[in-house]
Amino acid sequence: MSDATQTPPPPADERIKDISPLRQALIRPELGGMVGTVAVFTFFLLFAFDSGMFNAQGVMNWSVVSAQFMIIAVGACLLMIAGEFDLSVGSMIGFAGMAIAIFSVTLGWPTWMAIIVTFIMCCSIGALNGFIVIRTGLPSFIVTLAFLFILRGFTIYFPQKLERKTIIGGIADAAEGDWLAPIFGGKIGQGLFQWLGDMGVIDVFERGTRQGQPVVDGIPMLIVWAIGLVIFGHLLLTRTRFGNWIFAAGGDAEAARNSGVPVNRVKVLMFMFTAFCATVFATCQVMEFGSAGADRGLLKEFEAIIAVVIGGALLTGGYGSVIGAALGALIFGVVQQGLFFAGVESSLFRVFLGVILLGAVILNTYIRRMITGER
Amino acid sequence: MNSRTEHAPIIQMKNIEKHFGAVIALAGVSIDVYPGECHCLLGDNGAGKSTFIKTMSGVHKPTKGEIVFDGTPMNFDAPRDAMEAGIATVHQHLAMIPLMSVSRNFFMGNEPVKKRFGIPFLDKDKADTVTMQEMRKMGINLRGPDQAVGTLSGGERQTVAISRAVYFGAKVLILDEPTSALGVRQTSNVLATIDKVRKQGVAVVFITHNVRHALAVGDRFTVLNRGQTLGTAQRGQITPDELQDMMAGGQELATLDDALGGTV
Repeated sequence: MSDATQTPPPPADERIKDISPLRQALIRPELGGMVGTVAVFTFFLLFAFDSGMFNAQGVMNWSVVSAQFMIIAVGACLLMIAGEFDLSVGSMIGFAGMAIAIFSVTLGWPTWMAIIVTFIMCCSIGALNGFIVIRTGLPSFIVTLAFLFILRGFTIYFPQKLERKTIIGGIADAAEGDWLAPIFGGKIGQGLFQWLGDMGVIDVFERGTRQGQPVVDGIPMLIVWAIGLVIFGHLLLTRTRFGNWIFAAGGDAEAARNSGVPVNRVKVLMFMFTAFCATVFATCQVMEFGSAGADRGLLKEFEAIIAVVIGGALLTGGYGSVIGAALGALIFGVVQQGLFFAGVESSLFRVFLGVILLGAVILNTYIRRMITGER
Repeated sequence: MNSRTEHAPIIQMKNIEKHFGAVIALAGVSIDVYPGECHCLLGDNGAGKSTFIKTMSGVHKPTKGEIVFDGTPMNFDAPRDAMEAGIATVHQHLAMIPLMSVSRNFFMGNEPVKKRFGIPFLDKDKADTVTMQEMRKMGINLRGPDQAVGTLSGGERQTVAISRAVYFGAKVLILDEPTSALGVRQTSNVLATIDKVRKQGVAVVFITHNVRHALAVGDRFTVLNRGQTLGTAQRGQITPDELQDMMAGGQELATLDDALGGTV
């Protein structure tokens, strides 16, 4: 009989309790984000369906806002899992935008050069942030708080000194015909949307200069960047050696070092990546608006952190998910724009933020106890 | 245990001296360790055990003396050099991250990769399979390779750390007081692990100040006291009382022993 040749299964350890699928699902860091996303969409589908929130224009509206949050949340998420914070993200956005404006408008450089130099400059500042944190052993909270003020100060000082104003315009004209600018400010899929408009799937303008054109004429590159960065971040974190090092660096830096993980390199690179994400955000914004303002990116660092925490990452590092952070950003964007569509007083958005942040942190702490079996 | 003498020692520490400024931490300590033996290093607090194993694992450079590894004199500049030569240390503070899964911890710093589209991705299947297999060898039944290390007991964590070191080719395994913070049952698990590792031909240096733990698995015993070695004894040639006396330097413990009614 074949029964005799089969090896018996290894005896189960009686001390290992079976865990329910629900508990197992709860251990996934994305869970909070998933539940939140479903809840938020259900809510607005019920209460704001007729407001135009879910027609082509409405969808594009909250998608763009969510994509903005996503871009900075990816950087903040990986950095937080690596065990550090960056409070200078918002100031970095203002600084990067202003740098592009000064380089291309005031100094007359070609736009592609302005963008590349800005990226190099901002990633270097990110590296400097990381380097100071590693060398001094100070909390990144304090080091990047200093850069929050330093960068914001320069963002206000330079345009005033050079142009005697705090908003520099004319970037769109300067970027005309540039090869790099459309990668941040352009749109893709115009043909598809024109076709959708012709087929009557989405509305077209009925009069005016754009008569016959669809109301949504393409997907902004901002959204493409957001999706690209989320996929990149997710693969990096979960499918590569480096991803394992990010978890290890944030989980216990000393233990990681003992095992041969280059903790310092991981942390500095994550500071640079966060700065890179902030610069992508700034470049897209500047190309879309055609101007840079000294107050751009205000409070963005906190919004990024909130999106990451809603997405299930622990503030203490070592645990989290890029997909979760992206869902956190989506919730953020949908609620912010949805309240507007639903005609709710916009100041209540802040109340919502505070409540959901508190809820997410409490849930995360509970889940952490469950994973590690602490009581 | 005669078979041991047929091999050459895997590591020899000859007359190691280590001075920290005016303090002489080690005043000429010599031991040799053979493949497949468990060499216990005993000593009270401050005897120089930690300094000695840190010299062995490349953390400290000896002030005087020679380290011969596998027949060649070695000069370790950093712990990394010793690690690459095959000397692995499992510290009291384990190199384990509670929030990460067992398999991610097992391969931390040595992750297997598999190229897909020219990009080196983490080979999770291999990591999971190897982890489950190695854990089963050591008698630990995991719920799954994704189980977080935080859910394991202290003894199980030690076992994960030990089997990780062995899997990655350790020839000499230094265990720094692996049983000091464990309960009875967990201690016996760790001692059983040491036994399994020894049978695979790995040389184990087991640091402890618990004579009973040492006698349970040790083949030879070296006692350190005030930076000097009081000699190496074979298993069966020494009684627990003698070991205890040597560790404490004799007299003081004898008086204590009387006062406590022989319970130390």
